[in-house]
Amino acid sequence: MMLKKIGITLFVIALLVFTAMLGLDSYRLSSESIATNSEFHKKEILAQAEAVGMVGKEYTSSFAFISDFKMVLENAQQSLNGQELPDGVSEWDFKIGSWNVKDYTFQTVQNSGEGLVSKNPLLFFLLTFGLGILGGLLYILPNFQSIPGIKNNHVYHRSLTRGLKVGLRGSFLAATVIGVIVFGFFYMNGDLFWPITTAVMALVIIGLVLFYEKQKKNIGDRSASPDLTGWLGVFTGVYLIGFYILLYWSPQYLTPWIVMVSPISEVLSGNPASQWFLYGLLYTVIVIVMGVRMIAKYRHNNYQVVRTLSVMFFQTCIAFILPEILVRLNQPYFDFKNIWPLDYDFFFDWNLNTLMESGSLGIFMLVWGVVLTVIGVPLITYFFGKRWYCSWVCGCGGLAETMGDPFRQLSDKSLKAWKYERWIIHSVLAFAVVMTILVLYTYFTGAYNVLFLNSDTVRTWYGFLIGSAFAGVVGTGFYPLMGNRTWCRFGCPLAAYLGLVQKFKSRFRITVNGGQCISCGNCSTYCEMGIDVRHYAQRGQDVVRSSCVGCGVCAAVCPRGVLRLENAGEDVATRTEDLKVIHIAEGEVRILN
Amino acid sequence: MVNVPTALTERNFFTKLHTFFSVFSYLDPQQNETCQMHIVIIGNGIAGITAARHIRKRSDHQITVISGETDHFFSRTALMYIYMGHQRFEDTKPYEDWFWEKNRIELLRGVVEKVDTKTKKLHFLSKREMAYDKLILACGSKSNKFGWPGQDLDGVQGLYNYQDLEAMEYSSSGLQQALIVGGGLIGIEMAEMFHSRHIPVTMLVREKSFWKIVLPLEESAMINRHILENGIDLRLETEMKEIWGEKDGRVKMVLTTKGEKIHCGFVGLTVGVSPNIEFLRFGEIELEKGILVNEYLETNVPDVYAIGDCAQLREPKPGRRPIEAVWYTGRMMGETVAHTVCGTNTSYDPGIWFNSAKFFDIEYQVYGTVLANPPEDHASIYWEHPAGRMSIRIVYDKNDGAVIGFNLMGVRYRHEVCEKWLRERTHVEEVLQNLGIANFDPEFYKEYEGEVIKIYNQQTGNNLLLKKKRGLSRALEFLKN
Repeated sequence: MMLKKIGITLFVIALLVFTAMLGLDSYRLSSESIATNSEFHKKEILAQAEAVGMVGKEYTSSFAFISDFKMVLENAQQSLNGQELPDGVSEWDFKIGSWNVKDYTFQTVQNSGEGLVSKNPLLFFLLTFGLGILGGLLYILPNFQSIPGIKNNHVYHRSLTRGLKVGLRGSFLAATVIGVIVFGFFYMNGDLFWPITTAVMALVIIGLVLFYEKQKKNIGDRSASPDLTGWLGVFTGVYLIGFYILLYWSPQYLTPWIVMVSPISEVLSGNPASQWFLYGLLYTVIVIVMGVRMIAKYRHNNYQVVRTLSVMFFQTCIAFILPEILVRLNQPYFDFKNIWPLDYDFFFDWNLNTLMESGSLGIFMLVWGVVLTVIGVPLITYFFGKRWYCSWVCGCGGLAETMGDPFRQLSDKSLKAWKYERWIIHSVLAFAVVMTILVLYTYFTGAYNVLFLNSDTVRTWYGFLIGSAFAGVVGTGFYPLMGNRTWCRFGCPLAAYLGLVQKFKSRFRITVNGGQCISCGNCSTYCEMGIDVRHYAQRGQDVVRSSCVGCGVCAAVCPRGVLRLENAGEDVATRTEDLKVIHIAEGEVRILN
Repeated sequence: MVNVPTALTERNFFTKLHTFFSVFSYLDPQQNETCQMHIVIIGNGIAGITAARHIRKRSDHQITVISGETDHFFSRTALMYIYMGHQRFEDTKPYEDWFWEKNRIELLRGVVEKVDTKTKKLHFLSKREMAYDKLILACGSKSNKFGWPGQDLDGVQGLYNYQDLEAMEYSSSGLQQALIVGGGLIGIEMAEMFHSRHIPVTMLVREKSFWKIVLPLEESAMINRHILENGIDLRLETEMKEIWGEKDGRVKMVLTTKGEKIHCGFVGLTVGVSPNIEFLRFGEIELEKGILVNEYLETNVPDVYAIGDCAQLREPKPGRRPIEAVWYTGRMMGETVAHTVCGTNTSYDPGIWFNSAKFFDIEYQVYGTVLANPPEDHASIYWEHPAGRMSIRIVYDKNDGAVIGFNLMGVRYRHEVCEKWLRERTHVEEVLQNLGIANFDPEFYKEYEGEVIKIYNQQTGNNLLLKKKRGLSRALEFLKN
């Protein structure tokens, strides 16, 4: 108990330092710190900065610095755009495009930082990552001393994990959707088409569920009851959402973190860190530390132990370290376990070009990616179900199964939620397929416009809406609000694809053990995918659901040994037909096998 | 902490209209045969609800389910998980709240005070009346109290219904010490509940060992050890003599038969349950310990049936008790009675006995006959894991070698496979050689069936080998033949 208290205290300190350090540095612009990829740009920006007196001035916050620097950039842009092109210089090199602005700001802020963090990156790394890991482990390791068994005590008594009221949850969801659409408008430089299309799609799906599926009456949600709102959970959700918004769209405010982890990036890949390196490192550390927690919690259950070790391995070695080493060896950055359509930019021109220009290894990567999608996914899913990927290999799944485990009970089990799920996830799959077809069309023909669609804007919008907003902001930010598999359940196009195979052609199912179910509902409560497992268990029907990621927790928490994840080829087409708790047949009494 | 929606006290207008028109069906007795009946079920537990669901599946009758406990059906077995914070009350409801209206099963919150079988009317505590055509009594149990002095003090209770849970929650704040009387399933559940909140627990058990009337010696000893390793103060061969209270009516102390005085702010009475049938006394329905029913679950009064915990079979099947207050039998009775009520007379056959439970972290499953004090001609093979939290016991008939029971601790076995072996009285040696197909533990779990065979070989000098390991394909192959 004492150790746990020390651990959580250290962790909170680490988190406070981590958050506070964003405001610790000061910023000073100098001619060296201006980051551009053109001499013309650099000269002009420097001149404009001197004109407003920004050079050499100390800024105590990144906000003030960025706001002034943006003005300088705008001035430089206007000034250059008003000038004649010098001889022999292309317009691209001379004028400052809007795509340059984001990059220049981000890089320049990083270069201009000075003060505590910039001078002592390692100290801060120890105070945040180091202290956080130490605190986390001190909190987790005492769990190994308890008697092995399911310990979900007080999940619904804790402010962090009890979830929130339906109304509040709905407000969060609505605010996020509206926020994303409005922000999308600016992200697309004022183009209204895609934000409006998204809003219309959202309304269509709501309409389909409410009117076509006639779910108007089913207001009662299982996932929350009126007197439960965990404010610590709400706070955590807000923190995570904020983190993702900054990470994806405004990394210039996160430069102290990036500067802090740069030395580690230098060791691994030889390059300074980007915000993606920071994210990858943080992600991997969390998967490992929370993976230890998962193993402690389920150490009596070998399926959980092996599976958790697997996601820890794939995240650490295949997703994080291997790509960095590839870069060090001058090979393309490549995550061997990321599969299209989750890896939505696999077929983008720059990726195809990079791979094809990288010799035999690049070609191998290209073939590997295509084979995984076309043959690997259906074949392995036929044998083992989609769990082989979703809860053994995938990085998103890895985070959900480790950091997300305390929140698995927050998924909504209502029939209504299931209906939303099917419409939304299959729409995303369709969007991913259409987007990829357009991108490939452009790649092979060179033409950007098909009908009224421009492949470039389609893919930009997909990246923004699905790749960033859905997968990141909602996918992880909503862990404490809607459960740990929000992305996997409602959004992941690869999960949809795997799910179709699992539903229609797979040896996998969750077997129900005869009539032993007591309808207690532990299985449904702890199903992170929001499957009402009990519905099947109490009628003795084996569970075949496209969304099931095969995490095996339903079988683990069942107090009566009713559920088992199994594969068998004998009865693929009739997996769900037997109802084993029906003991009465017409006109006679018999026990059915 | 737990929210129960406000009571449904009135049926809606449509239903009233419906009841009004259904009166006319009595004018023509022939029409009555085919026409809608009003079937009233008292009790919304697993038995009553299963009956209602199956009647709806098979007919268009008007169905009303009455409960004084909660508005909606919930899983009684999950009450402990609400207290421990594993689940909310919402999560223990097997069907969403819209299910009932969609399936035209009317739910009525109320307490029936009297059943008038002559006029076919129910009288409610609220002075309301309701007519029925057929009545199914599924009114469950209540916790036993054996007349101890002080048994009605505040903080003395059993754990059976939702109100018990609320009372337990109320008593728990600031509780320094709890005492539980009785060495059975509810007793150990209660101990686990308090343990989850770090409230010290003392358990008084009359027998020499926990649940000794049901479990064989070794399994019972295993659970004793497990109770102790969880820090519960287990006192065997001790009974409660008296309960003493404070001036304000709350429990203060318990005096045991050994003369010990134990200070405690809560006393859990978990010495079994008995049918909840007080409201039927002095009526026409024949009662004994429970409501007496024949094999069709009919009482002595026409159109009145009884199922679940409250039903007492006049002629139970060999080896079975007349009252079995178990989830599974309640469910089977509910399904059986639905057939009879809907016109297909169906006799109740609970099949081969099975049951399950969980003692703290040790799961328990039983299939067939495993007796605490077996007769001479029962032989048993018992394997126990060195860590002492897992065991497998197989009981067979010495005369012909037929397998008659499986008792599992911390190991899961397949219901259908065990049932088939038991029904066919398969020879124990064949069972042992194929034992792997019965294993239902999750993937990557170690299989111990080989160890069980080793023990049999040691006992008998045989040289059997395990032929089949765990796996669904092998189990399916066995079951389909």
